[in-house]
Amino acid sequence: MLYRENGQFKTSYRADQQLLPITQDRWLMIALIALSFLVVPFVASDYAFRALIVPFLILTIAAIGLNILVGYCGQISLGSAGFMGVGAYVAYNLTVRVPQLNFLVVLLLSGGSAALVGIAFGIPSLRIKGLYLAVATLAAQFFLDWAFSRIPWFTVDSPSGSVSTNLIELFGWSVERPVDKYLLVLGLLCALTLAAKNLTRSHIGRAWMATRDMDVAAEIIGVRPVVAKLSAFAVSSFYAGIAGALWGFVHLGAWEPAAFSVILSLNLLFMIIIGGLGSMIGSFFGAAFFVLLPLLLNRVPGMLGIDLSTTMKSQLEAMIFGGLIVLFLAIEPRGLARLWAIGKEKLRIWPFPH
Amino acid sequence: MKTSIPHWIGCIAAAAVAAGLAASAAAEDAAGAKEQFIPLLVYRTGAYAPNGAPLANGKQDYLKLINSRDGGVNGVKLTYEECEDEYKTDRGVECYERLKGKGPTGATLFDPFSTGITFALTERAPADKIPLLTLGYGRSESQDGLVFKWNFPLLGTYWTAADVLVQHIAKREGGFDKLRGKKIALLYHDSPYGKEPIPLLEERAKMNGFELVKIPITAPGVEQKAVWLEVRQQRPDYVLLWGWGVMNSTALKEAQATAFPRDHMLGAWWSGAEPDVKDIGEGAKGYSALTIQYGAGLTKVQNDILKYVYDKGQGTGPREEVGTVLYNRGLLIQMLTVEAVRRAQERFGKGKPVTGEQVRWALENLALDQKKLDALGFGEMLKPIVTSCSDHIGASFARIQTWDGAKWVPGELYEADQKIITPMAVSAADAYGASKNIPVRNPPKDCQG
Repeated sequence: MLYRENGQFKTSYRADQQLLPITQDRWLMIALIALSFLVVPFVASDYAFRALIVPFLILTIAAIGLNILVGYCGQISLGSAGFMGVGAYVAYNLTVRVPQLNFLVVLLLSGGSAALVGIAFGIPSLRIKGLYLAVATLAAQFFLDWAFSRIPWFTVDSPSGSVSTNLIELFGWSVERPVDKYLLVLGLLCALTLAAKNLTRSHIGRAWMATRDMDVAAEIIGVRPVVAKLSAFAVSSFYAGIAGALWGFVHLGAWEPAAFSVILSLNLLFMIIIGGLGSMIGSFFGAAFFVLLPLLLNRVPGMLGIDLSTTMKSQLEAMIFGGLIVLFLAIEPRGLARLWAIGKEKLRIWPFPH
Repeated sequence: MKTSIPHWIGCIAAAAVAAGLAASAAAEDAAGAKEQFIPLLVYRTGAYAPNGAPLANGKQDYLKLINSRDGGVNGVKLTYEECEDEYKTDRGVECYERLKGKGPTGATLFDPFSTGITFALTERAPADKIPLLTLGYGRSESQDGLVFKWNFPLLGTYWTAADVLVQHIAKREGGFDKLRGKKIALLYHDSPYGKEPIPLLEERAKMNGFELVKIPITAPGVEQKAVWLEVRQQRPDYVLLWGWGVMNSTALKEAQATAFPRDHMLGAWWSGAEPDVKDIGEGAKGYSALTIQYGAGLTKVQNDILKYVYDKGQGTGPREEVGTVLYNRGLLIQMLTVEAVRRAQERFGKGKPVTGEQVRWALENLALDQKKLDALGFGEMLKPIVTSCSDHIGASFARIQTWDGAKWVPGELYEADQKIITPMAVSAADAYGASKNIPVRNPPKDCQG
């Protein structure tokens, strides 16, 4: 009833091509942005910021990056945690060796370095596809893991291989309280999401999608595969690099090479598969599913007042979480984003089924 | 364009969900006045569960004992909640955030029981004013309390452990001069935990003239064929095993397969418990490992636990695990926690719950002499321990124990050479302090206070 676009006429191409063509969506978006910037900072607890929201937002950035590569350009990658690690270690080295740099510059440089590494490891994608490419990017993951734990330069000769970060300062704003961290990450996420969304709507995004759908045909209609694939690797790794730097500096504060292990790569891949390949909102859904759901499951017995042993809670968490993954993929293989889209379609024609 | 409309919605929708979750979490905090909350970070599942579970049981059983035998600490009941972190740093941080504010005065202290989690929490604890008790693990340089005000690696660090192992080898060889030209291989868990002893061993290698071969083993360490091939090629005189969980038993099996003499293998104190050797039995005979002063066995405190906790059917784990190496270590950790609470109460008000900040003072001013230890039932297990604001370790004794095929046989007790360790800790701590802008070597006024 409320969600219906009847009577909303577009009188210009500009109006027709805007990001949110439906008025209700625009209002919803404005409301949500207002909520997240103006209300959430005052109502959420420190625990929510530090343990739930901030990790969720950061992993969303990484998931968007990976979604550009896998979902939009069709190049599978198992090395995204490695690229996050590049971002984190570059940021660490920059802040230790050049402490006067602004943190935003540090972030851009760590994203840029990750992009360069991503391009280097993306070169095999010009010759190989599919599972073979997955294996090649897995090699990148293992190589980067190895480099961070074996080359002391990356950790500035930390004997234990663990590094710890200093306070972030931005134009006199010290990002110290959980709510500051939240606002920093949220701001970056919104900017990066907008950029990614618009990239996928531009000619670059169309080149990616053409390559994904059929690379031979794309080449024939004039898409240059070298540019399309490597730019996807670059943009994807740029996002991963920024997410990695934030993961290290804003979320963990101190980390060891294992923080960017292959497990995280796999989790990111699962996130976008569950959330929805080739969809921005899917990245949000996927990250939320992976960050929030296990913790929620772990706490449900306590909230219901059921006294279970720690082991039992932990096993139940793993079992139910695994079951839900299978369930959601069985209901809708195209991910939660597709479920969302179906829901919206239904809402549009409600209460009439046709 | 229809399906790709609301792309930011997830960002905010989930934030809203999270906010709701947080509100319900805040409501859980009950206002009980005479309670002292002790958070328990445990891992009962995952690759390290066989070693994590007995320790967690010991920690919980001791709290149950204090509550049921003594009625708490001066009438203050000890409450606790376990949080499973699977030995993963990010889950450990989440557990810390979840538990730090519980109870009327917040968390007493945290025992992260993972070196990786300790590194992450070292950055957070000072801001939250909660001490970290890292008995026999964590950052080695954090024994220097002038920089690491909130870290307490009581009874030992990896540097004291490595030092004792070198002392033991020297003794077997007949003196430190006999170490010259020897080759010692360190097989380590490839994580901060495994890398911690390296600076000390390198220092000792320089001093005593032995060659140190460092061989990392990727966690969790179930695949070690290549590692032992390297051991065969290098032919070290001794192998130091710095493993945790399944890595230990795998290493011993591989040593058996490659016929490396087990009596030339020496383990750290996290590589010398029953789960590490039980399945190998005779094959691990002769293998020695460190233990923090006391290994396996039943003394007064364990008998009390059997009487006051297990006989009432409230035991946390299986009865036959009471008195095993890691169970006993769990008791040690929890006894020191409870004694810190008691010490804090002596100063800040008997019979009242104490805050993390007050517990920090108490940990810095612990003085458990033999009489007190006897009264606590720990007389046989522990030597007296005295801490100060600069000395956050208290005592650095460790015992060698040897597996005879069926049980751990206690051997000689050594004391780590603080003449070597303290200067290293001071310089490493100063470097840390400088990088964090911590006022280094702070004035003694916040020492005794």
